[in-house]
Amino acid sequence: MTLVGWLQILVILAAVVAFAVPLGAYMSKVFAGERTILAPVLGPVERGVHRLAGVDPAREQTWLGYTLGMLAFNAGGFLLLYLLLRLQGVLPLNPQGFPGLSPHLAFNTAVSFVTNTNWQSYGGETTMSHLSQMAGLTVQNFLSAATGMALAVALVRAFARSAAPTVGNFFADMIRATLYVLLPLAIVTGLWQVAMGTPQTLDASVSVETLEGGEQTLALGPVASQLAIKQLGTNGGGFFNANSAHPFENPSPLSNALTIWQMLVVSTALVFAFGRLIGDKRQARAILATMGLLLLAGIGLCYWAESAGTPVLAAAGLDPAGGNMEGKEVRFGLAASALFAAVTTGLSDGAVNAMHGSFTPIGGMVPMVLMMLGEILPGGVGSGLYGILVIAVVAVFVAGLMVGRTPEYLGKKIEAKEMKMAVLAILILPTAILGFSALSAVLPVALSGLGNAGPHGLSEIYYAYTSAAGNNGSAFGGLSANAPWWNTTLGLAMLLGRFAYIVPMMAIAGSLVAKTRLAPSAGTFPTHGPLFVGLLAGIILVLGGLQFFPALALGPIAEQVQMLAGKTF
Amino acid sequence: MAAKAASSSIVRPDLLGRAALDAFAKLNPAALMRNPVIFVTEVVAAVVTVLFLRDLLAGNPLLFTGQITAWLWFTVLFANFAEAIAEGRGRAQADSLRKARTDTVAKRLSDRANRAQWKPVSALDLKVGDHVLVETGDFVPGDGEIVEGIASVNEAAVTGESAPVIREAGGDRSAVTGGTTVVSDWLVVRITAAPGSSFLDRMIALVEGAERQKTPNELALTILLVGMTLIFLVAVVTLTGFSAYAGAAISVPVLVALLVTLIPTTIGGLLSAIGIAGMDRLIRHNVLAMSGRAVEAAGDVDTLLLDKTGTITFGNRMAAEIVAVQGVTDVEAAQIAVQASLADETAEGRSILVLARDAYGIAVPDAQPAGVTFIPFSAATRLSGVDMDGRRIRKGAVDAVRRFVRESAGREVAEPAAFTAAVERIAKSGGTPLGLAENGRFIGVIHLKDVVKPDIKERFAELRRMGIRTVMVTGDNPVTAAAIAGEAGVDDFIAEATPQDKLNYIRNEQRQGRLVAMCGDGTNDAPALAQADVGVAMQTGTQAAREAGNMVDLDSDPTKLIEIVGIGKQLLMTRGSLTTFSIANDVAKYFAIIPALFIAAIPELGVLNVMGLATPESAILSAVIFNALVIVALIPLALKGVPYRAMGAAAVLRRNLLVYGLGGILVPFLGIKLIDLAVSAFGLA
Repeated sequence: MTLVGWLQILVILAAVVAFAVPLGAYMSKVFAGERTILAPVLGPVERGVHRLAGVDPAREQTWLGYTLGMLAFNAGGFLLLYLLLRLQGVLPLNPQGFPGLSPHLAFNTAVSFVTNTNWQSYGGETTMSHLSQMAGLTVQNFLSAATGMALAVALVRAFARSAAPTVGNFFADMIRATLYVLLPLAIVTGLWQVAMGTPQTLDASVSVETLEGGEQTLALGPVASQLAIKQLGTNGGGFFNANSAHPFENPSPLSNALTIWQMLVVSTALVFAFGRLIGDKRQARAILATMGLLLLAGIGLCYWAESAGTPVLAAAGLDPAGGNMEGKEVRFGLAASALFAAVTTGLSDGAVNAMHGSFTPIGGMVPMVLMMLGEILPGGVGSGLYGILVIAVVAVFVAGLMVGRTPEYLGKKIEAKEMKMAVLAILILPTAILGFSALSAVLPVALSGLGNAGPHGLSEIYYAYTSAAGNNGSAFGGLSANAPWWNTTLGLAMLLGRFAYIVPMMAIAGSLVAKTRLAPSAGTFPTHGPLFVGLLAGIILVLGGLQFFPALALGPIAEQVQMLAGKTF
Repeated sequence: MAAKAASSSIVRPDLLGRAALDAFAKLNPAALMRNPVIFVTEVVAAVVTVLFLRDLLAGNPLLFTGQITAWLWFTVLFANFAEAIAEGRGRAQADSLRKARTDTVAKRLSDRANRAQWKPVSALDLKVGDHVLVETGDFVPGDGEIVEGIASVNEAAVTGESAPVIREAGGDRSAVTGGTTVVSDWLVVRITAAPGSSFLDRMIALVEGAERQKTPNELALTILLVGMTLIFLVAVVTLTGFSAYAGAAISVPVLVALLVTLIPTTIGGLLSAIGIAGMDRLIRHNVLAMSGRAVEAAGDVDTLLLDKTGTITFGNRMAAEIVAVQGVTDVEAAQIAVQASLADETAEGRSILVLARDAYGIAVPDAQPAGVTFIPFSAATRLSGVDMDGRRIRKGAVDAVRRFVRESAGREVAEPAAFTAAVERIAKSGGTPLGLAENGRFIGVIHLKDVVKPDIKERFAELRRMGIRTVMVTGDNPVTAAAIAGEAGVDDFIAEATPQDKLNYIRNEQRQGRLVAMCGDGTNDAPALAQADVGVAMQTGTQAAREAGNMVDLDSDPTKLIEIVGIGKQLLMTRGSLTTFSIANDVAKYFAIIPALFIAAIPELGVLNVMGLATPESAILSAVIFNALVIVALIPLALKGVPYRAMGAAAVLRRNLLVYGLGGILVPFLGIKLIDLAVSAFGLA
């Protein structure tokens, strides 16, 4: 590790927080339905969309109505995308003449983009037509992120409101999230990416003569427009197979910094918006501090592990001071790769600028664990906030009793109904990850897709299902996932991780919104300040750690200790 | 009640034997289903037992499986034992209560007006609405309302207090409880509770825990524990897949050992004991909670409505100072006040003597001097005093004293400025001025005031630190009320309070999401008692009040509300602390078991054996043993409750998090290591 490396990391994170504060203030206005500076431009557009779609923003929905509206909308989005992908061969804007996708790949991909996962069992430049990329994937990049934001806002309202029947209007919230937050940011940062060298064209490819005199075909397309929302919406699905390691997606260290900033900024700002919406910024700071603490720990561990390198590389005659550069782009280096890996997994983004499977076992375990902790550090756009709020409810329940009152969070009493739903929600991740992984660890049909034997192969399995169920979408590498077993089960894991979590989460919102919001007193469990930060971080680590420790012991931990003993797979 | 005399020790040796037997009786799976974590433990223990028997028949080595099997069953038994001990205390009390309920013969009246006409019937045959005669020496056959008569009643069977109390028809002292005894005189009682549902029956059911249902918070916690059990079930079951992949097959007993050590058996085993012990703590304070819900609500209370009289102030006003007029020294005035009060048997009169002795150093004669005529207080004169040697000394209401001076002198007497000023000052401060005069002369003013109990201000400050607001309820006028409220340090007061005022105040607090506790005894308190989240009715109160409240204080001590809140908080704290401890324990158990599971297949994983446990078998066994023993070790804490101090929530949290969170992580490392040393020393694994 170097000082410059750490400075790089801290400067980028500081830039995120610096912009997230005003953005959060702006977003809190957007979701409170107040007038914002963009109203003169976007107000008429918004009203037009409302008229077209028949949405009356004043008509609020109960949690059930909100949830059903969201499910119906996403089911529609899935169907459209599925059809588009299956039929792309006969549809226009297909300069390379790609055929339609196989049923299992189309299912997997459509689920993947609707659930904000962006797991890609395919290589973009060799599979997807421009139409699929633009009208299919990019559209879902916006809508899945907006869906997440709307859901988070509904849960925040459940805390903020006192004895109210409704949590908002899903369609109005989603339209606002798209129009006022995602579109302007995507336009501005997309143009910046074009300026830094990312292509934006409807051409298929160019042929260039290489230095050796050979000929090379470089795939092109509407890259920048998809790239901006890929990161802003914590989607992470690359235009190209190599994702953010590809020089067109991520040409330079500066674009790398912008890319990391893009992924973090909306989720971070949403936490600040949460503080304003509930009228207590200290609560938001505590949540953000928890996220930051754990994320920094993850970055640090990964950076350390990669800098330490491996005895195997040293034995091969490489300078140990260089660390483990396998699978990393030299233009980014160790620090920016470790930062990217931790951020993309702490965030449920899933873009990668290095191959996580080539990290040292512990370095590669960090992104895996960050996903296993629930994609809440700070998590996907919206999903991170509602995820950590559900965990906070559990944390407050466990520890809150210790102050001698029935637990309450943000002035709402946490009772049997909330616990039931919170428990259902937190059961989803371990069940989906461990359940599918265990099956895949013994079924020959699954094992044939592994790229490595031994504990590394097990890590490939864990990583795939963790990435899917956590709606992250990043890949470990090594796994040949474009096969019926993997496409189908990963698709199911994505659906479970997204919607089976959302329904109980929204049930909590419905139960909380109806409760009277209590004023805090000296006897109230304090949910701001370092004590709560430590508690919440502890619960996240213990809860996540306890679930996955046995599995990890056989995967990356076993691989690390064996690697140190000179054994590789 | 017998409980009052109960020893302060937590676990009574005489109850242990029975509890041990009960622990086996509770193995019945149908009953154990109520406790999902322990139920799962029992199921997997049964599975391992079957495997053990199979090994037995096949002649396989038995030492390891046998020990695991035994300790799994011990885990279940220890959890049952904890519950049985908690229940045992209540049962002992119930037995003594039952003695009071033995079927007595009731004297049923066919005509309530005719006391001569009664028929002996069994108390069990009485119906609601029957009228019975209860005479000296009779047991009161059932709960009822006195319709006629006045009698002294010994209520020791219910309250444990042997001094008889007066019960009479009409007013707030008209309720009688079945099982109590009339010591003198007679009563005609209308039965208000059917046999089997009387107060005593309910008490027996409550202390026995027969009607025990899970309280809301207990239910929520159980859901969390079930969730954690499911999570670990998933983790352990899926581990078979991963270990098969890694070529490190794990035997079923070992998997079961891992599961049982990970699921929250500690809190699962102690949860119901904690709840029962909380109720029991109340009972030992002579408070009966009609439901566990009420005890929990007590911990959550935000606002306490406290009656001024008896809670904040002593029951009576007391003399606080004696102000002399010009020309009279303080000592002279005090002397005259003593003479005026020598024969005054009221509490106020006695307080004047005490004040004169303590503050003015006047020797108070023990007996009334001879040649003195005592003039008792009467509502007409509103004066009392003595006549001696031609001196007529009087004290009383200021107006009455003015009249007395005028009449004694036979003319208008100029009122000394000091007298007027003192009267005004005292009235303004919320006290009661008592004039003092001798013949036609003003002597001074005695300041009678409500004396705030000496330690009450600190209690209220304590409550404030815990985030609880105190509200004083009084019939006094606002000036008086404000003065006392200021002195006692309450946060708010309701002056000239009517029952409706109380009800409105409670409703208003509740609208703002606050939980309110109050106590009351009169029939007109009933609506407010019913409205309050915690309504404590006094045992001496009316039947209506006792039915409206969700707790009954057998000592009829309104101050106890503060203790009730503390008991509620302690109950919740104990639950939270042991839950945290239980979950934190898992960290060490992983470090014991995981390396043991895989070390054969992946020797390098030995680095995770940070405790340096001897062998894989002893590591697993030690974790299981620790897991079982920790339940037993924590039984006293579960029954006694975690130490409770009046501190703000942040301070309490910091402390408990340190003790039970951090402690919960560290203790098992030490415990498992020690057990491992013992296990390997005895060659058990």
